[in-house]
Amino acid sequence: MNRILIIFAHPRLEQSLANAALLENIPESGNITFNDLYELYPDYNIDTEREKQLLTDHNIIIWHHPFYWYSIPPLLKQWLDMVLEFKWAYGPGGNALKDKIVFNVITSGGTREVYRREGRNRFTVREFLAPLEQTAVLCGMKYFPPFAVQGTHKIDKADREKYAMDYQFLLRKFMNNEFKEEEILKHEFLNDWITVTNKLKV
Amino acid sequence: MSGGFLFQAVIYLTAAMICVPILKRLGMSSVLGYLAAGILIGPFVLGFIGDEGSDIMHIAEFGVVLMLFLIGLELEPSKFWLMRRLILGMGSLQLIITSIIVFAAALLLGFTWQAAVATGFAVAMSSTAIELQYLKEKGLMNTSAGRSSLSVLLFQDVAVIPILALLPLLAIEVISLPEEGKTSLIDDLPRWMQTLSVLLSVGVIILSGKYVIVPLLKMIAGTRLRELFVAAALLIVFSIVLLMEIVGLSPALGAFLGGVVLANSEFRHELESDLEPFKGLLLGLFFMAVGASIDFTLIFQNPLMIFIIVAGIMFLKALVLLITGKIFRLSSDQNLLFALGLSQIGEFSFILYSYMGDLKILDEKWVGILMAVTAITMTITPVFLLINERLIAPRFGIKEADDKEMDTIDEKSKVIIAGFSHFGSTIGRFLRANGVKATILDNDSEMVDLLRKLGFKVYYGDATRTDLLESAGAADAKLLILAVNSINTSNEIINNVKKHFPELEVMVRVKNRFEAYDMIENGIKSIYRESLDTSVRMGMDALVKLGSRRYTAFRAAQNFLRYDEQALEKLAVHRHDKKEYIASAREAIETQEELLKGDVNFDPKSADHAWDSEQLREVLKKES
Repeated sequence: MNRILIIFAHPRLEQSLANAALLENIPESGNITFNDLYELYPDYNIDTEREKQLLTDHNIIIWHHPFYWYSIPPLLKQWLDMVLEFKWAYGPGGNALKDKIVFNVITSGGTREVYRREGRNRFTVREFLAPLEQTAVLCGMKYFPPFAVQGTHKIDKADREKYAMDYQFLLRKFMNNEFKEEEILKHEFLNDWITVTNKLKV
Repeated sequence: MSGGFLFQAVIYLTAAMICVPILKRLGMSSVLGYLAAGILIGPFVLGFIGDEGSDIMHIAEFGVVLMLFLIGLELEPSKFWLMRRLILGMGSLQLIITSIIVFAAALLLGFTWQAAVATGFAVAMSSTAIELQYLKEKGLMNTSAGRSSLSVLLFQDVAVIPILALLPLLAIEVISLPEEGKTSLIDDLPRWMQTLSVLLSVGVIILSGKYVIVPLLKMIAGTRLRELFVAAALLIVFSIVLLMEIVGLSPALGAFLGGVVLANSEFRHELESDLEPFKGLLLGLFFMAVGASIDFTLIFQNPLMIFIIVAGIMFLKALVLLITGKIFRLSSDQNLLFALGLSQIGEFSFILYSYMGDLKILDEKWVGILMAVTAITMTITPVFLLINERLIAPRFGIKEADDKEMDTIDEKSKVIIAGFSHFGSTIGRFLRANGVKATILDNDSEMVDLLRKLGFKVYYGDATRTDLLESAGAADAKLLILAVNSINTSNEIINNVKKHFPELEVMVRVKNRFEAYDMIENGIKSIYRESLDTSVRMGMDALVKLGSRRYTAFRAAQNFLRYDEQALEKLAVHRHDKKEYIASAREAIETQEELLKGDVNFDPKSADHAWDSEQLREVLKKES
């Protein structure tokens, strides 16, 4: 069994339909911890010790957040700044996060098409996520491709349900260790790995 | 049966221990408890105490002396000045109208005109002890009824001086006072000289207060011996009493004057806090003495007459007060509280009666009757106030509310706020600004009126009462916000809620750390200390003014708040271990010491290692 820590950062959750659907379908399990940063630290006063303990207690970390200005919401950045301490997460003796898996779960207004060299946003999602990927690498973690709900302003209820079921599927697979690292790393998005895995099953 | 001093002390204290908690439990004021205790141990029920009534009144008079000194101390001349319109207007109106009517009634009863005048003044007095004790206990001092009551009482207190000076002039024959131990030096003087000497001694107190006592206290304060200061405080009171006895004046009045003179000095608060412990005890003693002095044989001899006099006097006094209140535009419920609260005859009257008896203005029989009547009126007042509080006052509040709420659907609010002074009102405003309509409980009827006009849902009354909580919707509400001023009230409400509304979550405002400990022990999770956030915020701004970067100061404040909350929980457990420890000044000091020592371990940057580049630099230095 893997233990999953979802580090969730959304400043206005009550207005996000996509995230509401995703959160609703997170499996109830003692092996999944939902850590709601804006609920816990509305004053940005992050309890570093608590967060470090949570990271220690889990081996799969998810940064779950909306994709604001091609990046993470400020509280999550604050979290990175405060929690990933020198000599603990990185630097001499900083091995606390070594070999843990980490990836982003994002919701973005733009579709996958506009996140292309030729598209409106000129860079891919993976390129925008480079700082996080490198943060993970510096801490000795395995960075997995992101799971992305895209075009959130256009999709309808059925689409959202589909994404939510995929997220649930993903969490179950990861929790039960039913995945191969090298398979996953072949894909640009975890969404693609889910599609392929589902097809194989059928 | 009355043995020595120890026996009497044990009897008094035991009676108080038994009666006061019982009546308090029943929701009545402590005054009633003491009165009941007095009646119980008095000569007419158990007969433990005072076979001769004079014994008890002697004790009572001594209690009144110290009490009046303290009341005088609380009466700052400047406060007096601010209330001058109320004091002079309401006070004189009440005193003059009541005296005139009583004077006329007394003449009809066959009194001499001298006796009628004296009786008129004596009956017009109300009881400072009973009313102020009640108002303080119920937190009503700052309502308009409270201020009006204080004004009338103050006017009466001051009026006693000329009245006492006037009495010798009313004496029909020149008499000497043959009382044991009370040999007055001025008895042989002609009457005008007696009057003059009374005025002179008042002058002596005022002048010595300024030119003798204050310099003396300064010197004693310099020695930094606390017990010496307490001794000095008592010495002042006793000296005044002695002086008064020498010139044959009421010691209580002298002590009161002494208090007023010292109210303006820098030692006022010190005197107050030093004598405060005595005050409660002596007040209790006084009330017990009043209870014990009720002459039941006299009452049983003429039950109808006594009843008529009591009823007549209280009705008359209340009526005059109601009219006075109306003239000064009190709202009807405030006016009723004001009128009922002052409808008894006061403790000054005891002194006036005995003085009248000594001067032979009034015969022994009537002195006895009036004393009994006065004691009865004082005993009945708390009962009337209780009836008003429970049955009448709530109607004033809720009736008006019903009219307004008839047309709107009575939606249950999820939040109840108890106490709507500065603290509670801020919470209420904030919630309202965010679309949360809270139900408000408050015992200040003017505030209730105002809030109703603004469309708040308000219940008037004492939030410790289960039925009031019930009608405010405690059974369906989610949150109860306790913003009341007194920890005792909060505790009472919490116990009530635990018993009757276990689902209701309680959030409580406390003044300080000790009250917070109490609440932790009471199992409350959401505790808000008045002396925490604001203090830290102020400290943070101080750091900024001293040159700190604003965010650094802000982070230091955030870390300090978290550190202090954790320390509070730890110390609460610690404190629980030595529970027999009563919250005292000494404990406060010890806790401060503990806190200050612990603060050495506090690091304002405790959670901010990530921004601290020193470590990083050290490592880089080693590498290169």
